Amino acid sequence: MSKIHVSTYINGDETEFLCDPEETLLDVLRDRLGLTGAKEGCGTGDCGACSVTVDGRVVCACLMLGAEAAGRKIGTIEGMADGADLHPLQRKFLDHAALQCGVCTPGILVAAKNLLERNPDPTETEVRYWLAGNLCRCTGYDKIVRAVMDAAAEMRQA
Amino acid sequence: MRYEAPDTLDRAVELLSGESGLTRVLAGGTDVLVQLRAGHVEPDLVVDIKRIDGMFAITEDAEGFRVGAAVSGAMLAEHPGVSRAWPGVVEALELVGSTQIQSRATMAGNLCNASPAADSVPAMIAAGAVARIHGPNGQRDIPVEEVGIAPGKTALAKGEVVGSILLPARPAHSGDAYQRFIPRTEMDIAVVGCGISVVLDGDTISAARVSLGAVAPTALLVEGAAAALIGSTGDEAAMDALAAACSAACNPIDDKRGTVHFRTKVAGVLARRTAAAAIARAKGEAA
Repeated sequence: MSKIHVSTYINGDETEFLCDPEETLLDVLRDRLGLTGAKEGCGTGDCGACSVTVDGRVVCACLMLGAEAAGRKIGTIEGMADGADLHPLQRKFLDHAALQCGVCTPGILVAAKNLLERNPDPTETEVRYWLAGNLCRCTGYDKIVRAVMDAAAEMRQA
Repeated sequence: MRYEAPDTLDRAVELLSGESGLTRVLAGGTDVLVQLRAGHVEPDLVVDIKRIDGMFAITEDAEGFRVGAAVSGAMLAEHPGVSRAWPGVVEALELVGSTQIQSRATMAGNLCNASPAADSVPAMIAAGAVARIHGPNGQRDIPVEEVGIAPGKTALAKGEVVGSILLPARPAHSGDAYQRFIPRTEMDIAVVGCGISVVLDGDTISAARVSLGAVAPTALLVEGAAAALIGSTGDEAAMDALAAACSAACNPIDDKRGTVHFRTKVAGVLARRTAAAAIARAKGEAA
């Protein structure tokens, strides 16, 4: 079976890759493009560790074929910091110690950034519902939610 | 496995008809990709319909809202007209999975996955939604309640694909609602789901549709339950009759999420609550 040639945009850069028809976008990002920020937790869309954005919507990269990425705009955790300058969410996650093992963190940051782009002033309940598809087995969510709320507050001042 | 992303429905039908092996249609992929990974299905051909014109469109005309087969729950919920006309359908889709799932999961996919516990299906049945099916012999429209015929099985013939779903224009003084029972607060599979749509003439219910999910091999249209509401004001006697008709219609399985006895009982309780919510919306007392 011949490979599929896909042209897409990843973090604003035109990107091309070859993939097998059954490869997921997550497989492509990690194994073909070396973008290992998105993690495979469950592979079935339950844990959110592979969260990326596709045309501005947060999705599970494990539930999308690589071939489907053609012409779409993909955003991953690797595109979040501006060079050495961390995104406010990334800084606040460090300030609040909102991570331990870190496997869920890239997905949560991608999802939280997407939330704040849509709603710069979310309530705690809105944050918790938005992030309900991102499972963390270490911190118990409180620090994560506080970090997101704090980052949102800082970003509203900017 | 071959992957094809045709740019017309005709071409999609041609591809699906021409493949002798197993085929899968790919819209949001939130069920198909899980099945692929689990090895439950090993399709020879996957046809991605998202490059086809109109698949992401929601168009409104005199008939109602025509929703393209790739429109996700998030897109539908962001459409002010649909949210106003069919809040029950929108709330059902918003109960499906997480933010990430709602970015991709579609009504058409929920329908064609044919899970008896699909949340949006009872809501669509209550709404009187109609699936437009494209196939080798042209297109046909069938009521959504006729699409699922058994768990995981649809009435679609070889080469057929759902291109869109019509949510009919809503009459004045009408309202719909969907509620489900799950053992936690969010992100679970319905133990029982109930969709109800009513039309009021003054305080009297002049038309109603009642649908139950997760209590039989397919989502059910329960005509006896609708009859219990029609002609009443949704008073206690009508609600008792509604609940009894819903419980009587149940033919559920026993599993870890709910026993036969529990599902049968809860179907009646949920129907009362869902009817009350639909009536409140029809009266303009709730959004």
